[in-house]
Amino acid sequence: MFDLRAKGGSLSFAAAVSDTASVGLSLFPLGISFGMLVAHTGLDWWWATVFTAVVYAGSLEFLLLGLVASVTPLGQIAVTALLVNLRHVFYALSFPLSRVRPRGRLYATFALTDEAYALTAGSGARSWSGSRILWMQVLLQAYWVTGATAGALAGALLPFDLHGLDFALTALFVVLTIDAWRARRDLPSPLLAAASFAVAVLLAPGQALPVAMGLFTAGLLVRYALRDRGASPEAGSEPRAGAAPEAGEPEPRVPVAATARGE
Amino acid sequence: MPSPLYLAAAVVISAAITWGLRALPFAVLAPLRRSAVLGRLAVQMPVGIMLILALYTLHQNRPADWPAAAATALSLAVAVGLHLKTRNAVFSILGGTVLHVVLATCLTA
Repeated sequence: MFDLRAKGGSLSFAAAVSDTASVGLSLFPLGISFGMLVAHTGLDWWWATVFTAVVYAGSLEFLLLGLVASVTPLGQIAVTALLVNLRHVFYALSFPLSRVRPRGRLYATFALTDEAYALTAGSGARSWSGSRILWMQVLLQAYWVTGATAGALAGALLPFDLHGLDFALTALFVVLTIDAWRARRDLPSPLLAAASFAVAVLLAPGQALPVAMGLFTAGLLVRYALRDRGASPEAGSEPRAGAAPEAGEPEPRVPVAATARGE
Repeated sequence: MPSPLYLAAAVVISAAITWGLRALPFAVLAPLRRSAVLGRLAVQMPVGIMLILALYTLHQNRPADWPAAAATALSLAVAVGLHLKTRNAVFSILGGTVLHVVLATCLTA
């Protein structure tokens, strides 16, 4: 696929192993719970491997399992995939793709998960080489796929049903909410999100997720427009250097457009 | 039980959309890297999106009766409490989930 064994490749691998240790500790057990859910849904164990290797978007995979279990129309699955993963669009604003060699970029974008993004957003990642970034992503996916496969095999062997395992997904999102809140204590955002969800459940119970996310995004845009107008009427059209994502993020000032166009 | 063909189609569609969302913005958004409104959204969206996803999963698996609701509330409190205290996602997720599995399995047994 791509050549990771460049000069210093084994050093990059060793570095990536320690880079990913903490995230791997949570990805592996979460993969196990996903695999057990696959078995619990009644699918063959190897679907856990296929889901995690091919789709590779944790939160979507959990949701997808529920959708395919009730044979949801493919169109609705496509809309769900689009809306659940829409947040990944913003990762392109700061992920250091330009450091990865062109052939590796196919994988680097494929495996640009929340966790991979979070690791490269840390201040220590500023000096990471392209192959260290790629190894980091390969290892993260390896933990996830291995965990899911092991969980599905274990789930298929267990003589009894484990109830309540789906709570792992709620716990994951609650933990991610707390972490996101710690990164940026912006109270209106979660309030707006909660209100959007309440309205969506009342107005469109069958489509609560896309409607809630749409309302939330619209609400943020309205908030931006209102606040902006109050602050300075011209600000909306001015590119603002200070509006870079994440506080103090080491954003490499490399024009990604030039490098990404090669794909 | 969904057919293998349907499952494969669902997997391929989800993978293609996910990859598109991750790869295309590098070309499309590049001129907007300094856009004020996108920068603001990138900062403000994560906490709200995660909260909506958490609420959605709770709503999807809403408890059928009071004992089940108590089990969910207790597991949620444990997950949040662990995470506020330890800041360790593994402990928090595993702790809340193990408790929920034990409680739910006992309730249905």
